[in-house]
Amino acid sequence: MSNVGVQVRGWYWQRVSAMVLAVCVVIHLAIIIYASRRGLTAAQILGRTRGSVPLAAFYALFVAACAVHVPIGLKSIAEEWLSWRGRSVSIAAVFVAVAILAMGLRAVWAVVA
Amino acid sequence: MDETLHARIWRGQAQGSFKAYRVPRRQNQTILDVVTYVQRHLDPSLAYRFACRVGMCGSCAMTVNGVPRWTCRTRVAEVVDGSGVEIAPLAHLPVVRDLVTDMRGFFDKWSRAKGRFVGERTRRDEFAVVKPDSAARVAVDAGIECIGCGVCYAACDVVGWRPDFLGPAALNRAWTLVNDRRDTAGRDRMRAVAGDAGCHACHTQGSCTTWCPKHLAPTAAIAGLKRVTAKAAMRGEL
Repeated sequence: MSNVGVQVRGWYWQRVSAMVLAVCVVIHLAIIIYASRRGLTAAQILGRTRGSVPLAAFYALFVAACAVHVPIGLKSIAEEWLSWRGRSVSIAAVFVAVAILAMGLRAVWAVVA
Repeated sequence: MDETLHARIWRGQAQGSFKAYRVPRRQNQTILDVVTYVQRHLDPSLAYRFACRVGMCGSCAMTVNGVPRWTCRTRVAEVVDGSGVEIAPLAHLPVVRDLVTDMRGFFDKWSRAKGRFVGERTRRDEFAVVKPDSAARVAVDAGIECIGCGVCYAACDVVGWRPDFLGPAALNRAWTLVNDRRDTAGRDRMRAVAGDAGCHACHTQGSCTTWCPKHLAPTAAIAGLKRVTAKAAMRGEL
């Protein structure tokens, strides 16, 4: 695939991941409001999240969408505001994606395992 | 109406400064009238560019109080701030001198965007029949009246951030050709206008559409290009 093809696919996946994030953020906010309004303790929350496959799947999807969306956006910001271009900025974006994925999935594992 | 207009006009090249001039106010006076008065009566060394004076040629665009405009179609009364007005060359283009910019980069990008029609018929063939109310022809009509004045290019923040960005005018031109069913260079053109230096760099801020003196909508043209090139990329055609 040409360089232009890669760039356009990046744009496309950032849009798709934005749509996923829009839904995930609304659900996540609803969960936060529910937990805080009900006055749940950390232990009570963990009691509900541990072993929950739907919760694990939802937050894994949330993390994956972040890992796609954020690095592409940061790369654009780096190119436009810092004039940081070329291969090095792409490598940095991949590094950010891997970091978000690793930290995010580790956090999901911590509350569901 | 104050009888004197205080005009601050850019003098020099990239390095330069604004110089103040006092110009008599007239009824229905345009910014081009002001610049012309300064050159004819106050300072003949002032460089600026114009031709038709009636909004047809697109050569007199300048930055007026921070906004890119055709000076021939901008009345002083519309833009005067107190009794003053600030006139500068168009942004994002190298300044040749005073109010004159070097437009080569702007037009080179039309070329990079494959802004030239490529057909397969000769003058011995029959005319192509294009239905005026077809969706593609309507899309062409929406953008075809661009006269290449550079106002949208100067208004676009992305051009400032990404010097290799093709800009609204070149992309608008490409969109009219993508929708021209007689044109045969579609694949090459889509490859030329896609990606980080092309339509996908646009943030859809809409400054080009806001300030286009012809009331065209390059933002809509760019959105169209994003759509068709993204589909082509996902099919592996780019």
